[in-house]
Amino acid sequence: MSNKDAHWEKTRNHMFVTLVLWFFFSIVIFMFGSELNTMSFLGYPLAYYMTAQGSLLAFVIILFWCTGKQEDIDEEFGYAEREED
Amino acid sequence: MFKGGFIQNLPKIYGLYTGGFAVFILLMAVAESAGVSAKNIGVMFVVFTVGIYAFIGYLSRTVQVDAYYVAGRQVPTVFNGMATAADWMSGASFVALAGGVYFGGYTYMAFLVGWTGGYVLVATLLAPYLRKFGCYTVPDFIGTRYGGNLVRACSVFVLFIASFTYVTAQINATGTIASRALGIPFELGVWIGLISILICSMLGGMRAVTWTQVAQYIVLIVAYLLPVFWISSKVGGGVFPHLMLGDEVARLGELEQQFGLVKNSAADMKAAGVPGGLKYISGPHSAVPDGGMAVWKYLSLAICMMVGTASLPHILMRYFTTPSVKSARRSVAWSLFFIFLLYSSAPMLATLSKLSLMDPNLATGIIGKSIADVQAIEWVQRWSEVKQVFIADFNGDGILQLNEFFMRGDVVVLATPEVAGLPFVISGLVFAGGMAAAMSTADGLVLAISNALSHDIYYKIIDPKADTAKRLIVARVLLVIIGAAGAYIASFRLTSILGSVAWAFDFAMSGLFFPLVLGVWWKRATREGAIAGILAGISSGLVYLLYVYPKFSVAIWGVAHDPWLGIDHLRFGMIGAPICLVTMVVVSLMTKEPDAATQKMVDDCRVPTGKAVLGKQH
Repeated sequence: MSNKDAHWEKTRNHMFVTLVLWFFFSIVIFMFGSELNTMSFLGYPLAYYMTAQGSLLAFVIILFWCTGKQEDIDEEFGYAEREED
Repeated sequence: MFKGGFIQNLPKIYGLYTGGFAVFILLMAVAESAGVSAKNIGVMFVVFTVGIYAFIGYLSRTVQVDAYYVAGRQVPTVFNGMATAADWMSGASFVALAGGVYFGGYTYMAFLVGWTGGYVLVATLLAPYLRKFGCYTVPDFIGTRYGGNLVRACSVFVLFIASFTYVTAQINATGTIASRALGIPFELGVWIGLISILICSMLGGMRAVTWTQVAQYIVLIVAYLLPVFWISSKVGGGVFPHLMLGDEVARLGELEQQFGLVKNSAADMKAAGVPGGLKYISGPHSAVPDGGMAVWKYLSLAICMMVGTASLPHILMRYFTTPSVKSARRSVAWSLFFIFLLYSSAPMLATLSKLSLMDPNLATGIIGKSIADVQAIEWVQRWSEVKQVFIADFNGDGILQLNEFFMRGDVVVLATPEVAGLPFVISGLVFAGGMAAAMSTADGLVLAISNALSHDIYYKIIDPKADTAKRLIVARVLLVIIGAAGAYIASFRLTSILGSVAWAFDFAMSGLFFPLVLGVWWKRATREGAIAGILAGISSGLVYLLYVYPKFSVAIWGVAHDPWLGIDHLRFGMIGAPICLVTMVVVSLMTKEPDAATQKMVDDCRVPTGKAVLGKQH
């Protein structure tokens, strides 16, 4: 497998992992809204907290993590850009 | 001379600007205590901030094609994040979001998840690859990847429908805020709003819009967060409301039990003469409604908003302006962070505002009090005069019940500072923030439409030999025409026929999401597949919208139809996008595999380094 193909395979897998996390925080937890609301976090009902703040925060964290990881992948295969570009 | 130093000095420049803005707020506070009227303070806030945006727009004028279309591709990561956040957060986000949460509670907050979660799709599926491609506009990518004028024109068509639906609402919001703050008629407010929008974008295109959007972000975030924190500490919600309102949310649940959540019949509301657009609380704040249908409605709305976010051209094109692929990807994360600051505050504002009106133990509480007393309150009188607040006494007991108090959603943001007894300088600041939010989004949208028309239709299809000067003249003329068309529709209050801004997301999702994503992720996708997919997606979405939206379906079929599987007019992308995907895949597999040059193009856009597919000037 060429360097380019190996890079793309790893990038693609990384994309799938990111989208699984995204799917969990945007869809899966809200499938169980009523159940989650019986628990509480910071004094808020959990499903309310997630839709008001928790999932939003999770997306921010996922994105910074995903970006950093992708930069490592690009670096590993020698595709990192020079800063002056 | 100015440009070279400008990029390096950005943090200093915007730091000074923020400091200057803080000084201005303090000056206004001093002016208020010296007896300057509330109205004049509102006028000064709007005139001062809009004046600054216009000045930035003038300084950023350009005669370069790549500066006009993509800000010369030199916008640093974090600043592009701020500009995108301003581009993203519309007048509706600013003035109506908290109101939506106030009335809709948990169910409405699917919008919050949808309008943030979409950025994960932008960063993983699209932004870095489109940046590497080196296109000027979104249709530029589709036209080059699939090849041919027809597919390019189809994508411009979808872009036009989606963005134009959105832009009239923004110009409408600009006009509403300008007319309230300046005390002028709405129609005049719309045209003044349009002129402000055009000054920011006409001379410098994307470059001017970028630097004004950064300035607008700073104004709008200060204007949103300052009142939220202030009100919270004032009404005893704690100094950091985001982490401290657990008790208040629980208390709202108790009060809902105590007052009862009653649904008014349409006949009662009509008999009482409730003005259009005013709402009352009929759903729970934090409780999750029961049943599979409620879950499905929540999820389908979130999906439409997420996928729509990842297809809206005015957002995607912001990531064409960064210096590198890495910086495009990273700036998506920053955009979401800056958006998060406002979106996570909206439910807190809604909670505080709801509690201060509902809790009879608080001095500000009005529910459960005598209607005569409530009608004597100054802010109730002021907002009732302009038909933004309305009180009915359905059961005739003289006591205000939860279902008897009507309010327009915007009032939550615009009046809460006043209700909580904050000085008027805060209300003036909120006007400036709303104006900044509406203007920045309108600028991005008008530019997205006119750039697609001038670059993709005029230059790429009609006159490929046009020189730079001519291209930029055409771009500017189109900008004015699109803006004027939007303002014309807004000034005649025809916006109600365009329905909700959610439609823009559904249109974009129906016609653009899969052609964009498969263009990068599936080499086998062909031109014929893309054309068929775009047309099938947008037309099925549109037909379903006509079918399901009562106003349209009554006009066409004479009857209103029930939504199919709960997919109402806010969610018609759930029909369009899957049809687009299936059509595109089937037709692609039936047609000849793309040639080697196209496959190489896709390979090239998948790696961050190397030359862009499209040249620097094209």
